Amino acid sequence: MLELKNISKQFGGRKILDDINVTITDHQTLAIVGPSGAGKTTLLRIISGLEQPDSGTFIWNGIQTTPQQLRLDGIIGVVFQNFELFPNLSVQDNITLSPILHGQDPKAAKANALQLLAQLDLADQASAYPFSLSGGQKQRVAIARALALNPKILLYDEPTSALDPALRESVADLVKQFKANGMTQVIVTHDLAFADLVADATLTVKKQEAVD
Amino acid sequence: MQYLIEILPSLMSGAQMTLSIFALTIIGAIPLGMILAVGLMRAKTWLMKGVHALLTAYIWLFRGTPLLLQLIFVFYGLPILGIVFDRYSAALFAFILNYAAYFAEIFRGGFAAVDRGQTEASMMLNLTRWQTLRYVVIPQVVKIVLPSIGNEVINLVKDSSLVYVIGLGDLLRAGNVASARDVTLLPLVMVGVIYLVLTLVLTLGLKLLEKHFSYYR
Repeated sequence: MLELKNISKQFGGRKILDDINVTITDHQTLAIVGPSGAGKTTLLRIISGLEQPDSGTFIWNGIQTTPQQLRLDGIIGVVFQNFELFPNLSVQDNITLSPILHGQDPKAAKANALQLLAQLDLADQASAYPFSLSGGQKQRVAIARALALNPKILLYDEPTSALDPALRESVADLVKQFKANGMTQVIVTHDLAFADLVADATLTVKKQEAVD
Repeated sequence: MQYLIEILPSLMSGAQMTLSIFALTIIGAIPLGMILAVGLMRAKTWLMKGVHALLTAYIWLFRGTPLLLQLIFVFYGLPILGIVFDRYSAALFAFILNYAAYFAEIFRGGFAAVDRGQTEASMMLNLTRWQTLRYVVIPQVVKIVLPSIGNEVINLVKDSSLVYVIGLGDLLRAGNVASARDVTLLPLVMVGVIYLVLTLVLTLGLKLLEKHFSYYR
């Protein structure tokens, strides 16, 4: 279980997050929703350690920690809004790069990548390069890349925004499938219908007033 | 024809100097430019800000003054400060510093063109800063900067003729000497043809490199 307590963040005098508390329980799918500019993505970036909060504490399974430590321990995996696949690497290499650099046997890393790709219906794309994939395929590769490091919590930043509306259903099915497998997931989205469709719990982030 | 065959050895010996200045400048200036570009990236600490300011001043100095002037200063000026180079080393020193300044700016633009999200994705995959550079950023930068680097490489072939100012015998100088001695423009026509062949070979090589990197977009 990951608890974030009293998280606050300002950018250039504008309060983005004010005293936010988040509890992510194991096997839960939590949706973080709110209007544009409310700080949803900032909160996701803070959870993933890409952004430092001005104040607040992080507690992982009862022990106080930092988001940087969670990242280093491989607790958190992120699926970025624009996927951020590495264009210079094939699909398979995108997935195996980090495991191999962290000492996994290349053959085992490759076998694991191919298994993940097969699960995500991308078995025939292992040697393709990201530019040749559709948006939905890129997203699934990004998911496979995050899963290859066995994170405890998978974060999605606006998973439906870069996709064709017709693909929303398939992302929802995928999130539900991971949920059924016991994965803990956090989804930042402005798409309330999507949040309703997949989440067990919803956290609404409100837009803050400007501070003097 | 007989005349051309007669002057060919001296032109070839000049071309050898041209090629040697060219090759060693490339070998020295491209890696140096890339390292300098890393130093030009967003500076967070005071130390890095200092390095950034120094590098910016160096680039301004070397891009803001003629290479010819830099050659003269290195060979005739630095000995006043007790730093003495032989002609060839002075030429290499000036060429590498000059071209590294241009390459650094080109690479800086290349680094800036790689989406910040790529670095963040690498962070989330727990790659170190070096691993991110080596496997993610630099391969993308190389593809982005290749056309601009290509331009500079072609320029370098021709700029190498400036070494005459410190008394080195390159291709153009060999042609000039023959032309003045025999009162004919033919040696200079030959020089032009040799430069064209050199730049043609380089252009084709660069095209091949660009083609190699077209396996991804």
